[in-house]
This record gives sequence, C-alpha cells and structure tokens, in this order.
Amino acid sequence: MNDPMVQITLQIDGKETTVPAGTTVLKAAQQIGVSIPTLCHHPELEDYGGCRLCMVEVESRGKTNHVVSCLYPVEKGLVVRTRTEKVDKIRRVIVEELMAHAPDAPELVRLAEVYGADRNRFEKEASFCVLCGLCVRYCAEVKQKHVVGFIENGPAREISFIPELAATECWDCQECFALCPTSYAQAAYFLTEALAFPGQRKARPSAPELRPNTTLAGIPVVVV
Amino acid sequence: MSEQIIEGNDGIEGNDGIDGIIEKYRGKPGALIHALTEIQHENRWLPREVMQKVADALEVPFSQAMQIASFYKTFSLTPKGRHEVHVCTGMTCHLRGAAKLQEKVQELTGLAPGETDAESRFTFEAGSCLGSCSIGPELIVDGKHYGRMTPEKVDDVLKRYE
Amino acid sequence: MPKLQSAAALDDYRAKILSARDPAKPCIAVCAGAACGGLDSAAVAAAFSAEIKRAETKVDFRVTGCHGFCNQGPNVIAGPGDICYFEVKPEDAAEIVACTLKGEVVERLVYHHPVTGEKAVHMSEVPFYKHQMRILIGDIPRIDPMRIDDYLAVGGYAALAKALFKMTPEQVLDEVKKANLRGRGGGGFPAGLKWETTKNAPEKTKYVIVNGHEGESAAFMDRAMLTGNPHKVLEGLIIGAYAIGAQQGFIYTRHDSPQMAEHIQAALAQAEDYGLLGKNILGSGFDFAVEMHYDVGIFVSGESSALMRSIEGNPPEPRPKYIRTSVSGIWDKPSNLNNVETWANVPEIIVRGADWFTSIGSEKSKGTKLVSLSGHVVNSGVIEVPMGTPLRTIVFDIGGGVPDGKAPKAIHFGGAMGGSIPISLIDAPLDFDGMSKLGAPIGAGGLLVMDEDTDMVEVARYLLDFLVKESCGKCVPCREGMYQMLKILTNIKEGKGRKFDLERLADLTEVTSLGSLCALGKTSSDPLKSMLRYFKPEFEARIAAGSAAGSEAK
Repeated sequence: MNDPMVQITLQIDGKETTVPAGTTVLKAAQQIGVSIPTLCHHPELEDYGGCRLCMVEVESRGKTNHVVSCLYPVEKGLVVRTRTEKVDKIRRVIVEELMAHAPDAPELVRLAEVYGADRNRFEKEASFCVLCGLCVRYCAEVKQKHVVGFIENGPAREISFIPELAATECWDCQECFALCPTSYAQAAYFLTEALAFPGQRKARPSAPELRPNTTLAGIPVVVV
Repeated sequence: MSEQIIEGNDGIEGNDGIDGIIEKYRGKPGALIHALTEIQHENRWLPREVMQKVADALEVPFSQAMQIASFYKTFSLTPKGRHEVHVCTGMTCHLRGAAKLQEKVQELTGLAPGETDAESRFTFEAGSCLGSCSIGPELIVDGKHYGRMTPEKVDDVLKRYE
Repeated sequence: MPKLQSAAALDDYRAKILSARDPAKPCIAVCAGAACGGLDSAAVAAAFSAEIKRAETKVDFRVTGCHGFCNQGPNVIAGPGDICYFEVKPEDAAEIVACTLKGEVVERLVYHHPVTGEKAVHMSEVPFYKHQMRILIGDIPRIDPMRIDDYLAVGGYAALAKALFKMTPEQVLDEVKKANLRGRGGGGFPAGLKWETTKNAPEKTKYVIVNGHEGESAAFMDRAMLTGNPHKVLEGLIIGAYAIGAQQGFIYTRHDSPQMAEHIQAALAQAEDYGLLGKNILGSGFDFAVEMHYDVGIFVSGESSALMRSIEGNPPEPRPKYIRTSVSGIWDKPSNLNNVETWANVPEIIVRGADWFTSIGSEKSKGTKLVSLSGHVVNSGVIEVPMGTPLRTIVFDIGGGVPDGKAPKAIHFGGAMGGSIPISLIDAPLDFDGMSKLGAPIGAGGLLVMDEDTDMVEVARYLLDFLVKESCGKCVPCREGMYQMLKILTNIKEGKGRKFDLERLADLTEVTSLGSLCALGKTSSDPLKSMLRYFKPEFEARIAAGSAAGSEAK
C-alpha cells in the first residue's frame, strides 16, 4: 500500500501533483511550493504530529476530514485544502494557546500576524516552552545521546536535562539550542548547569562520580 | 528535603529484592514498565540510582526511564509513608461529596494529594474511580475500603493507623 | 486433570459435573464484588463458612462475583429459587442457613420497597432485577470464579467447541458480522469489521487484546464481569482469535484490583490445565496463548493505541490513527482490541446465533448493554438491559428514582468523555446513535443520575480537572486547550467569569475536538458542549452574578 514504486496523483489547493506512495501530504505540498506552517516538524526527525499546526482539510471518497499533513499519507484522488475558515481557526487558536507560554517567540509572532491571533487571549503561564519536542527528539534520534527528555504528563510536562549526561555532552554540542523556537532549551541547559555542575561545563573523558542522593532544589548534584 | 531522601535510602545497598528484579529483566528494554512496577511494589518508591541501574541493565536511555517513572502515577520518585490514604475522586463520589472528604483529610494530615508527611506516616493520594461507586464517597487506607464516608468519620479511621 | 482433547471429551466432562450436582440442593452465594467487599462481605462469607461447617450441613456454598445490586450489599442469594437477601450481616448467617435447608425464607432480610413496603422474595420479583435481561451477568451468582467447573456447569466453552469443530474461522467471523455486535467500550464500532481488517492484514503474526482498563469514571461493570466470570470473556477471546487467526492474546487490566488479577490468573491457569487454552486447544490443532498486562495508573492508557504502546513497554502515547491498529498495532503487528463486554458477548452469539442476537435491541444497536447505574439514585449497581430500553425504565423502574424526595435534573453518560442530558429527555432509548445525537454518547455505559441541587458548572469543571491530569501532553489542542478550559470554568465557578468566557470556551471546544491527536482530546470537550447546549442559562447566570459582584466590590 505504501510501496514507493507506485505513483499517486492528488490535488493540493487546486494544483495537481504526482508523488510516490508513502509521501506525506506536507512533503507533497512543500515540493510544489504550497506552504503549510509547522513547528514540531524537522526533516531529519521522525514526524511527530504534536503541534497540530500543519492541519489541513482533506476530502476523499466524498468524506471531509481534518488531518495533520506531516503524518497523513497521500491517497489517490485526494483533495487537499491548506487554507479554509476552519483550518485557519485551528491554527489561530493553537498559536494563541502557545503564546500563553511564549508570547515573544519569533515564529509564533509571525504566525500570529498571518492568522490574526491575539497573544493575550488566554491566561498566561510563562513556561516559555511549547513542548514541540525538537530538542528531545534531536538528541535521541540524531545525536543518540538522550541527554534531554520529557518528564511528567499533561500540562505539567516539561523538558529535563539529565545533569550527569549534560555535564559531559552539551557544551561541545549545543545543536538543539538552535532548533528551539523559544530559546527555552538553551535556558534549561544553563539552569541545569548552574544548579547541578556549576563551573564544570567542559567535556571530560569519563562520567563524573555521583554521590548518592545529594540534591539541591530537587536536582541531583554532581560532585567531582 | 535532602535529609529525608538520604534517610529513606538506608538499606537499599545490597538489596536482593531489587537486584533480583533487575537481573530478571536484564537486556529486555520492553520490560521496563514491568521491572519498575515490581520494584515500586517491593520498595515503595524508585530512588534515582535504582533508576540508573534499571536503565543500564535493561538497555534503555536514562531519560526514557525517567519519563516513564514520572509519567505514570503509580510510580513514586520520592519515598512513601507507611500508610497510603486514598480518597476516590471519581465522578459519583464527587457528586456525593468527595471534595469535602478530601478537605478533611488534608486538614487532619496537613498533606495535599501526592504528599507524604515528615514522619512518613501517611501518603495522601486523591485518585480516580475505583469502581465502588455505589458505596461512595470512599476512603481507602492500605487497600481497605471505608464506604459511605462523611468528613466526621475521617478522624476515627485515620486514628487506627500508626 | 488430563487435558480435554475433543468436543466429545468436553461434553462428557460437563455431563459428569452436572450428574454430580442436584439442582434441588440448597445453595448459598455470597457476593464478593467491589461494593459488597467494601461493605465487608468477607466477614459475612466467613460467618457462612463457619456456620455450614459447624452445623455439618450439606449446602452448596460459594463466594461469587458481583450480584449487581451494589448499594444493598452485602448481597446473599439462597437457592433453589433465587431468594435475594440484602444488607446481610455475619450474625444473620445461622438463620439463613437454617431457613435455606428447610426451604423457608428469612422475611426480614428480603427486599422491601422503600416507599410502599411491598416485599419481593425471588430475584424475578425484585424491581431492580425484574426489568433486566441478564444474559452476560446472570450466571455470576452461580459461579465461583476460582472454579472452572462452575462455568462448565452453566454451559461454558460449548461455544468454543462449536466454533472450533463445526465452523470455519470465516463462518465465525460472518456470524459476528451478521449479529452487528458493536464495540461496548465507547466506540460502538462494529466488531466484525474490526476483526475482518485484522484478519485480512498481510502480516502472519496477529494479536487480540481485551481492554479491561475501564478508566471511565462511574463505570464499574467491566470489572464486575472480569472478576465475576473471567471465563466468559476468555472464551470469547479464544473464539475471536480463531476467527481472526491470532496466536497470542493480551488481557490488559488495572493494577489496583488484586482480586480481579487473582481471578483472571486462575482462569487462565485452569483453562490451560483443561486443554481449553494454549497448545492444541481441545485437540483441534489451534494454538493460542494469553498474557496479562497491568496498567500503571493513567486513564489514557485505555485508549487503544496508547494501550498497545504500554504493552510494548513504551509510554502510553497514542499514535495518530492514520495507521489503524488493526493493521499495525503492538510491535507493528495487526492487533484487534475489543472491550471486556464485547468479548463476553461472543460465546452467546456463537451458541444461540446471530438471528437471536439481532432479535434483541433496537434497529442499529443490537443485544444487551451492561450499565453501571450510580449517582443520586436509590438503587445503584451493575445492570444489564436490552439496547433500546428507555432511560426512564432504567432510572425509575430499576433505579427507583432519586432519593430524599428530590427531583432528578440530568443524566450523564460516558464519564469524562460523554455528556449530560436534561431530565426532559428521559424517554430517549438507550442506544449508540440516538444518544450520540443528543450529545450524551453512552460510552462504556456508566449512567450517572444528578439531582436538582447539582451544580452543572462545577460538574463541567470537575470533568476537565480529571482529564487535564490524564492527558499525555503530546499534542497542543488537548494539553493546552483543556488546561485553558479548566481555568475559565474555575473562574466562572468562583464568580470571576467574564463576558467573553463563553466565546473563548466555544473556540476551545471546537479546536480541541478537531485538532487533538486521540479520542481523549477529541472528546474531552464533549461534556462541556452538552452542558452549554442544555444548561447554558446556568453558566450565563454565574457569569452575570460574578461580574455583578465584581462591579459592586468596586
């Protein structure tokens, strides 16, 4: 069914295009210059479907649906609309929800202008993290170091740098900092460093000793 | 706070129960949740270096182990008290006054849901529906159900537990 | 116990059990279900056990699963004749045993109508039971869940023998499709079609799963079914595996019910001992094994793709459903997941036929439905009624109406992912599609009655509070949308509501429904939507009062 040898023809915003089976609607759109906003998508990472900004309207066999284009595989005869009243509303409200946490993030400010989002619509909670997962997934999938991960569930979810690993890996890498749409990843790293291994950011050949269960403000302290 | 953690850690080294569990699942990343569940049951909480041992033995990244331990609420990353006091906050119990019951427990123990007191006597949990809706609202202490509870009866129940 | 290696061997063994049992022999069944257990039915059971031993009498004594009439527990049923005794205390044991032996009735312990005082002795006369059709749960008072012979005595595993030896897998599938058995976990999706998709998936390795998670608030009938008659569910699972071509099954259930875990484990072990599970079932050549898995305390792990991630050992984050789990589920293999009650219906459909099944129920919702009846209602417990039964029958005839002379205000279905309807709609029939259209999908079947003093704003806030804690946090519309809804509702409840709150709530409910990744997010705003549909004035009044108080404070 997703055999890349098979070619599929579909329609995106009135333009017809043919792509190999298994291609996502997002990729197909990008290839013909139709732009769909994304936040958690990255070409080097597995498609995530978390931010939902790339949602589009699709029509197939008489049924209309809203799907995330970064994950939805192309279908023969699919009709895709990337801008409709509903789609725009979904994107607007998502931006407003995220701006409650990071109102000044450049990409969010830009999208707010395009979709008419009000940065003050929802009650603010300045966590600055939009939980796009780019840092977590990049560190896991590309660097394969798993230094930063998610903890907790629901609105309590946050990213967390593992101090013992961050102490040896992060300073010489820093690649996730540039990916972060709000600059929070960088801030989280520095906070971890300040609390857990101040003044010891340079990479060392072996992992530091960990004195059992010594913590400061709940974060384990690394003692060398 | 840190004193509590160090004290709660006594007796962990050389613990056959935990080590036995880890050995059972060595090299099996798919058994992470099973392993953590058994250790939680055995030890009543998951100390950080036990988490590290589990991650190493089961070959999962430490951050993934921490994500799972913090995500699922049956796992506790802090030591628990001798007795678990649970107020059911399912929908029926809620309609029948579970919120007042919760307030009373909070008043008597000084604990918010999820907390353990300084003498490690009680851990207070407010959890969702346990299926005894017909006799709600309920207080469950160490698995024993006290149905048809009122705030006035709470003190008597808690007194039975040292 | 040598394994039974043919349908004939099973029939012979069953005949042997029945010939050793005398239907006229006095028997006593003590309910050890969740509520009765909470009312210390263990002490009652111990008292009976001791009394029967002391008096050296020949009474068939059993500790069984849930009898259903939960708020009247501890429940005891004496036979022959299904005499129902309620609120039984340990001190009553001697008298009940003595009377049962003589074929007499202990008048003071039978059902008395709370208003008229009218007595009902036999189960068929008790109003709570009279209006039910107890196909799935009727056997529970006759079965000790730790004794497989009890299940065989009521005809257990005859369906399996018929399926394995008299039907092909395709014929079994066709029968289930013909019966139009729809999923009873909340989706209402035709089970036969799901089975077919899994069966037709090209991968050879296939899995079948029992979703015994029952996270829906105020639903407790799946637990009653699994704890009281695990074999019925297991039999359905094995038949399904045969039809689909699965070699491995999983029973996914809760970590917080040791009794249920014990009963399921015993059922699995005994079924295997008897040759009804494992390799070469009943000598048919069909191999099928079952594993148990426990949840770790989060509601979203009841969502089918999240559940499968959990079985794999991963965090229970739902996969976006463009990949159907019936095609790619656990470890990317075709996996068919169904609810406990759905599986429990299968043996009956096979033995009695799809035509029998479709003769019960309404046009598009066939068969019976287990309902957990609770809330502000006189009679509360686990009931089973034909689909299409008017809600009025359930709330008033079975439920006995609202206690303390209060008037009912609303009925809520489906826990945190369902909806409320006002009492004016109480003549609506119980079924999937009709209730869905009214905005109160029946979900797993938890029916909550709310009386006139219920604060609907608080109920809406409470449900969102529950869901917010249960969200996995992966997608924005669910995580952020629900969180903001909760904030707004909390403000309204506390009198801090503002005029544009309803507009913001409308936007949030719309986007969360459309944009969320899984069913939890998508249905999270349904209760609120139903409240705004039917009880909007209450919200508006709260907001108006709040801003009035606010402006007065100035």
